[in-house]
Amino acid sequence: MPPVELLLMLLLLATVIVVARLKDLFAAAMLTGIASLLAAGLFVLMDAVDVAFTEAAVGAGASTVLFLGALSLTSRREKQQERTRILPILIVVATGAALIYGTWDMPAYGDPDAVIHHHLAPELIAETENKIHIPNIVTAILASFRGYDTFGEVVVIFTAGVGVALLLGGLGLRRRDARSEEES
Amino acid sequence: MKPPSRVRQMPILRVIARALVPVILLFGLYVQFHGDFGPGGGFQAGVIFAAGLIVFALTFGAETLRQVVPVVATERLMAAGVLLYGAVGVVAMFLGGEFLDYSALDPLTTGHYGQHLGIIVIELGVGIAVAATIMRVYYAFVGRRPDEDEAGAEQALDAGAGREVS
Repeated sequence: MPPVELLLMLLLLATVIVVARLKDLFAAAMLTGIASLLAAGLFVLMDAVDVAFTEAAVGAGASTVLFLGALSLTSRREKQQERTRILPILIVVATGAALIYGTWDMPAYGDPDAVIHHHLAPELIAETENKIHIPNIVTAILASFRGYDTFGEVVVIFTAGVGVALLLGGLGLRRRDARSEEES
Repeated sequence: MKPPSRVRQMPILRVIARALVPVILLFGLYVQFHGDFGPGGGFQAGVIFAAGLIVFALTFGAETLRQVVPVVATERLMAAGVLLYGAVGVVAMFLGGEFLDYSALDPLTTGHYGQHLGIIVIELGVGIAVAATIMRVYYAFVGRRPDEDEAGAEQALDAGAGREVS
């Protein structure tokens, strides 16, 4: 692994371990933002600029703010655990081991012979320019070739927003809005 | 979240936020409309735009932001974004293509212009829906207090979430 990526990976590992161990929830929320930023840096190094963009904006930006918003509703410190629990640790370790075992079947990072570089990708790279006439192939694939998928994703985001609005609230907010409109 | 009453008294934060927010919003628009050529697109642009407005709310108070972007507006824009996306597909159907077949939007040429137009409009729909959803979720979080009730929520918006002291 190249040194810069190794460094970012180690920093990411250190950050998430600290997040898991911290009792101060405010610091933990800020550190999850830093973890997202490190992940975004890794994505840039892997040439996945669009993904990095999303990770930086959502992970480091929006979700950190939402963490802080949720934090203002509760206490700043995690409750002290009286005893260490063995079963949760075992489950987490087993899941992690299964995931790492799963990656053994994946082609090596950057392997030019990997299936993903030979199925569909060459055609898309060759033909996007002719068919869509825009230089960003990722946008062409997401918006045009896979327009249905993206439409579904937008509907999912919309549904999530409606769900949050219904669950967390807001009738009070809406009524207040109406009232302030009347006042003005 | 730091007590906004203290944040409001920090001139450095206020000055920097005032300088940053327009740049963030402008960058969001750039990512939105430049997504065909560079990295980015509607989703990222929506998040950046909403993040810029949230920075404003963190510094000057959620109540101040609610005067610019009311909660009802975010809810309507959420739906409007999805409908805009879907409408492009339906228009393409009326023009003789399949659902979301942007080439049909431009029957005169080989469809390149239609692809451009379709992609820009649906990305705009994505951007509007995403930005509005994040704003709505943010409002849902700041407008809530542990002892949730009508008076509590109002008090929270007035005091906790921070309003400009008049």
